Amino acid sequence: SARFLCASADLQKDLGEMVKKDKVVVFMKGTPAQPMCGFSNAVVQILRMHGVDDYASYNVLEDSELREGVKTFSNWPTIPQVYFSGEFVGGCDILLQMHQNGDLVEELKKLGISSALLE
Amino acid sequence: MWSCLGQFSSVTIELIISKLTDTLEPVHLEVHNESHMHAVPPGSESHFRVLVVSSQFEGLSLIKRHRLVNEALKKELSSCVHALSIQAKTPEQWRSNPSLAKSPPCMGGSRGDHTVEEKLKAGRE
Repeated sequence: SARFLCASADLQKDLGEMVKKDKVVVFMKGTPAQPMCGFSNAVVQILRMHGVDDYASYNVLEDSELREGVKTFSNWPTIPQVYFSGEFVGGCDILLQMHQNGDLVEELKKLGISSALLE
Repeated sequence: MWSCLGQFSSVTIELIISKLTDTLEPVHLEVHNESHMHAVPPGSESHFRVLVVSSQFEGLSLIKRHRLVNEALKKELSSCVHALSIQAKTPEQWRSNPSLAKSPPCMGGSRGDHTVEEKLKAGRE
């Protein structure tokens, strides 16, 4: 792929742009339609519950350089990884706890997204 | 490099316990090997869940708490440990809700891939 030709410094720069391009960005194993790991699936399910369908997802299983690059970028060792407005939010455990304690509704509000759970 | 296959005793759990004990001085610590829930050979030590209760987490956001745990286990996370589920609580949070979360079921990754299953079977024989 074209990415393979990029030096790793370029990938870090690309990632900086990728996470800012969309309000909600998820790096996961598989796709929202077909998650390939229970933890990635949990993130997809949580977002779906809040009515967040319009987000950018990147499948790290298709790109091993991306898989390692995003870990370096966020200094976070595992996948999935969730970003809101370019800011790293965390992995599955953090999103789940934010869902449980109500913080997720507040964070989505800051992004201009009204959670479906408020309806 | 130590083996990721702990058939007789859990080397990795011992390591995780000792590192988290040294760095975070937890008042409560649980380490569970959840590898059996994933498509890895029997006896693997690759997927773990930790529950850490420490006063060091007071005043820290979830992400900062998780970063402390990740940092303490940096070496393990870059080798044997493929998945680490973290619950990081303050002693007060733990007193008000002393429960361990559950991991979601594995979606397969390689579990849905029969060639990997065959490879794993072949490896046992």
